[in-house]
Amino acid sequence: MANVGIVVISHSEKAAEGIKEIVDQAVGKVAVEAAGGLEDGEIGTSLEKIQAAIQHVHNDQGVVMFYDLGSAKMNAEMAIEMLELENVHLAEAPVLEGAYLAAVEASMGKSLKEIVKALEKEF
Amino acid sequence: MKFTADLAIDWMTKANQKIQDNKDYLSSLDQAIGDGDHGINMARGFDAVMNKLGNNDYEQVADVWKESAMTLMSKVGGASGPLFGTALLKMSMAVKGEAEVDDKTFVEALEDALAGIKQRGKAEEGEKTMIDVWAPVVEKMNEAQTVEAGVLRDTAESAMEATKDIVATKGRAAYLKERSKGHLDPGSVSSYYLFAALAETLEGEG
Ligand SMILES: Nc1ncnc2c1ncn2[C@@H]1O[C@H](COP(=O)(O)OP(=O)(O)O)[C@@H](O)[C@H]1O
Ligand SMILES: [Mg+2]
Repeated sequence: MANVGIVVISHSEKAAEGIKEIVDQAVGKVAVEAAGGLEDGEIGTSLEKIQAAIQHVHNDQGVVMFYDLGSAKMNAEMAIEMLELENVHLAEAPVLEGAYLAAVEASMGKSLKEIVKALEKEF
Repeated sequence: MKFTADLAIDWMTKANQKIQDNKDYLSSLDQAIGDGDHGINMARGFDAVMNKLGNNDYEQVADVWKESAMTLMSKVGGASGPLFGTALLKMSMAVKGEAEVDDKTFVEALEDALAGIKQRGKAEEGEKTMIDVWAPVVEKMNEAQTVEAGVLRDTAESAMEATKDIVATKGRAAYLKERSKGHLDPGSVSSYYLFAALAETLEGEG
């Protein structure tokens, strides 16, 4: 059975990639996808990139997403609504620490519900 | 009014023109109370919209607005992307299936757009955001149940100017608190361009 997937959204491509790197390096067995910056690497967030990232890691277990600034949140919410996927959760937690904690939990085979609970407890 | 797909494209074309012409001005407004990218964001987004619209054929107003909405959400980059994107997406849903949109339906579409912006931004009137232009415009159009170019332009313009006196409580400008006062809200100025462009499109038809 697959583990819950993780999407890291940031205004910066480098920041999102960097966070993915940290998480990947420490925690295996979890699909983490970065959705940072615009297509050409400029600062911002892109609905298309976020949707692609969700689809990339999505499975029966679900996906938990993390974002950095307010406008990233708007695009993330938009992406979830438009994909019409169940079990995708946008977390209110610091993007790096949150993604890290979620990855640890996910690697232990925890469900989306359990991961969301753990995040709420920690942050 | 009989608002067709051609007019919808004309509206986007005129809006794009205004945004490209005022790109630096919009960014300078955002420099004062935000991160200085609003003109760049909008210019990039509308440039992509023009590209998309120029390369396809559209029979329905709804298709033009939906395509524009999706493009803005992916290309603008800042908060204004999902917000203007949501506005146009809601408008497209409101006119779905109609080859010619009449005044009543257009007003309903604008109402839905405003509701969409509020919901997406979790903001209300009086927080120094684009809502401070959209809300009075929609209210005026709703009262009259018609979209009249002159009223549209004047209402949007005075609402845009009035954002100067508001203290920001939403968006990046909210970090500045009291210091956001005395500056126009960039997203309200670009919203004014959008409505001024629509007024021109309607006048061209008249
Ligand atoms: N929560 C919100 N609700 C409504 N409008 C908002 C909100 N946040 C920002 N805006 C609008 O977006 C504009 C800023 O757009 P832009 O500079 O492109 O994005 P960013 O703030 O992400 O850099 C503001 O001037 C304001 O009108
Ligand atoms: Mg900005």
